[in-house]
Amino acid sequence: MAVCVAVIAKENYPLYIRSAPTENELKFHYMVHTSLDVVDEKISAMGKALVDQRELYLGLLYPTEDYKVYGYVTNSKVKFVMVVDSSNTALRDNEIRSMFRKLHNSYTDVMCNPFYNPGDRIQSRAFDSMVTSMMIQVC
Amino acid sequence: MADAALFEFLHMEMVAELWAHHSDPGPGGQKTSLSVLEGMGFRVGQALGERLPQETLAFREELDVLKFLCKDLWVAVFQKQMDSLRTNHQGTYVLQDNSFPLLIRMASGPQYLEEAPKFLAFTCGLLRGTLSTLGIKSLVTASVASLPTCKFQVVIQKT
Repeated sequence: MAVCVAVIAKENYPLYIRSAPTENELKFHYMVHTSLDVVDEKISAMGKALVDQRELYLGLLYPTEDYKVYGYVTNSKVKFVMVVDSSNTALRDNEIRSMFRKLHNSYTDVMCNPFYNPGDRIQSRAFDSMVTSMMIQVC
Repeated sequence: MADAALFEFLHMEMVAELWAHHSDPGPGGQKTSLSVLEGMGFRVGQALGERLPQETLAFREELDVLKFLCKDLWVAVFQKQMDSLRTNHQGTYVLQDNSFPLLIRMASGPQYLEEAPKFLAFTCGLLRGTLSTLGIKSLVTASVASLPTCKFQVVIQKT
């Protein structure tokens, strides 16, 4: 069950950020901000490694005592960052991957919306409801 | 195959509509219509640039992105691949299509050469929009020597 979901544009400003427990929001914003450094590191490491396959899913970015932070980057350099509760050990890698895939699909739908200007904050209710469903999933 | 025809007809009507209400038949009015078409193509390209590479792995370099344009984007929009891609390795790419679907119904030869740019503006915008979503700022121009062969020149803007 995700505790915080953020969509960051390629210029590194947030397009969408939402956390489930609404108190202490600042702490999650700060975590997402620091995770951006890790994301950049992983992206540049991938570029130099000359691997044949470059995956979009970045995996676990860094664990803290209470939370784990996962990352995913799209081809258009838009980053998705997800903060998950550490106590919920039932979440497997596959589930995180499928959550990111759903996020990517919804983000693509937002992009294709003619009323959305690329670069604006995401205000689509459909996107909101998809994120809500991810946040209250297993609980 | 009816899907290809749908887009071709829509595109023809877009161009016809923009030129029908020309209050200023001089070069100024022409430019506005061309930039309107290019702008439309740009927004479509931005959305396509997000949706099409969804399942593919991350692009490693600029040339990969251009190859994606020539193969996947062209196949998705025009049901065929681009015929040739050339580069000078310094940020300029020339994409050549020997039988461009939007021009092929018009003529094959030098007839209607002056009208051809109108039908290429949307596609130039499309290329520019897709490149911009994939992180590349560029300038795209098109040139026609004889229908239906056309060349798209992409110049990468280094910031």
